[in-house]
Amino acid sequence: MTGILSEGNGARRLPTDWKSDAMQRRIATRYASERRFRAIGLGAIILSAGFLAFLIVSMLGNGLSGFVRTEVAVEFDFPTAPIVIDAATLQGGNADMVLSNANLPAVTSGAAKAALGEDGDSWIGSHAWLTVRDAIKDDPSILERRETLYLPGSADLDLAAKGEASAEAEAAYARLSEAGVIKSALNIDFLTASDATDPTQVGIWGALKGSLFTMLVTLALSFPIGVLAALYLEEYAPRNRWTDMIEVSINNLAAVPSIIFGLLGLAIFLNVMHLPRSASLVGGLTLALMTMPVIVIAGRNAIKAVPPSIRDAALGIGASPIQVVFHHVLPLALPGIMTGTIIGMARALGETAPLLMIGMRAFIASPPGGITDPATVLPVQIFLWSDEVSRGFVEKTSAAIIVLLIFLLGMNSIAIYLRNKFEKRW
Amino acid sequence: MNDISSPPAKMSARNVNVFYGEKQAIRNVSIDVDTENVTAFIGPSGCGKSTFLRTMNRMNDTVASARVEGDITLDGEDIYSSSMDVVQLRARVGMVFQKPNPFPKSIYDNIAYGPRIHGLASSKADLDSIVESSLRRAGLWEEVKDRLKDSGTALSGGQQQRLCIGRAIAVEPEVILMDEPCSALDPIATAKIEELIHELRGRYAIVIVTHNMQQAARVSQRTAFFHLGNLVEYGVTSEIFTNPREDKTKDYITGRYG
Repeated sequence: MTGILSEGNGARRLPTDWKSDAMQRRIATRYASERRFRAIGLGAIILSAGFLAFLIVSMLGNGLSGFVRTEVAVEFDFPTAPIVIDAATLQGGNADMVLSNANLPAVTSGAAKAALGEDGDSWIGSHAWLTVRDAIKDDPSILERRETLYLPGSADLDLAAKGEASAEAEAAYARLSEAGVIKSALNIDFLTASDATDPTQVGIWGALKGSLFTMLVTLALSFPIGVLAALYLEEYAPRNRWTDMIEVSINNLAAVPSIIFGLLGLAIFLNVMHLPRSASLVGGLTLALMTMPVIVIAGRNAIKAVPPSIRDAALGIGASPIQVVFHHVLPLALPGIMTGTIIGMARALGETAPLLMIGMRAFIASPPGGITDPATVLPVQIFLWSDEVSRGFVEKTSAAIIVLLIFLLGMNSIAIYLRNKFEKRW
Repeated sequence: MNDISSPPAKMSARNVNVFYGEKQAIRNVSIDVDTENVTAFIGPSGCGKSTFLRTMNRMNDTVASARVEGDITLDGEDIYSSSMDVVQLRARVGMVFQKPNPFPKSIYDNIAYGPRIHGLASSKADLDSIVESSLRRAGLWEEVKDRLKDSGTALSGGQQQRLCIGRAIAVEPEVILMDEPCSALDPIATAKIEELIHELRGRYAIVIVTHNMQQAARVSQRTAFFHLGNLVEYGVTSEIFTNPREDKTKDYITGRYG
């Protein structure tokens, strides 16, 4: 090259030799770098797929057993048992109360001792009498005969069935399964109950309901406020120093660590406004503060992406600015806004730290009835269970993670379905 | 301008100056347009013809830095006065844009949108007949009558532009402003639009901005030549093209620059 240049402007350039060795080498290098780039990209995909597969396999491996419990067959001789009950009072609304005072726990442990041996009552769960109560409530006639009921096993027995318990429990499990009185059953209670101190009794329903309420509050606040703020900033606000400052503030807000929002929620919603502690309402408000900037940013980008020719077209036939926004700009921007909302809501669903600050880590043994009731949410419940000493909580923690992931998938599927529905084909 | 014997003006501009910030885009332009004649604005790129067109229905209001001085009247009423409602003005002075811009909605909804927001139809049947007559006048009815539910964006470029003209017609405007309506179309589609302009003449005052001088000669009866923000010459089209008074006009139409 330099040779040609040094000959000055008068010299003719030699015709390019496309077949020369140097040219062939250049082509080979080009192909090699392209292959390298593709290999690296493929590697990145495989690596992330591998991580995802590992996560799913380990969660399912640890967690699926949380949906299964061990049950023990115990025969009850109801006519001779010391049950303090009058069959006539079982009809009507106060059957639960009557049965609660009917000495059922003692009857249950007596029957377990008779059926399973001297230490029989330690192999059934402490809440096994509830199963007996429900059986009587469903069919009071069993009080007049002998009946075999499957009772939930104790935590130790449950662990023994899954091969992780003490030698004593293993031996009892071996003896009982030899006798054929043990079976594994789906643990419906895990999906319908709330937090408890005994790992065999815990359920996810309370936390699931709490998450649902919290997400509803978050969505109801952050979506309309975020979309309207984005619309105002894009379509109406004049461009000046104030709007620049607002833009910078919103961008910064989206990057603030979530625990700071928790402190803000604690300071404003609890200490100043005196809203109920530990409630989904406060959790939702706090998470809405965190989600809103994400929706505003995504919304502004989506609104900016609407072609100006559509605005011109609508203005040109005499649509007012608000008609332009609501008839044309917003529908076209909605898919983009919803993508931002999905990201924001998914982040809010998995958020733990700010909710700890506003007291949602309390032990909540009954599912919340409304947004002002004390509640906890799935990620906080997972955090609490992962901190428990008892071995029985390990599988429950993983099972709760599975429930959280399914909740997340469900929420995102709905959002993606809605987004595709609103997407216009050009 | 007094040498043109014209029917009464539909829109008149007197001493109009337009500024974008410090930059002056239009200098002291005065012009009348009427319903009997199609008026063409010609001139080289950046001469201000599109800018002037957009001041006639106040589309320049959407540009924050734009400022308009002088008087523009529609039927003697100042369109920049505070008593003029800009939304109603744009319904009375419709616009067709350079690039076809149908809404991403059905063909029917594209036409029906204007009548709907202005409450021009009293019933569904009424709206149906407005849609049909607008599409007929836009010369599109025969091509789309069986697929009114299809998206307007699925039509070809020429059909889309006629749909946009139909959309403008549907609100019964008094003036239609066309900003280079054929620049994105092939010759056959262009011929159809020009034919359409012929048919619409007399019913609406039509102003068309074009780069194509043959097109101006074909479709218009009045031609205005703009250069560097000035209105150089305005007169009967045939005279402008055969016997221009100004040297600049002559140089432009003979292709010496532009």
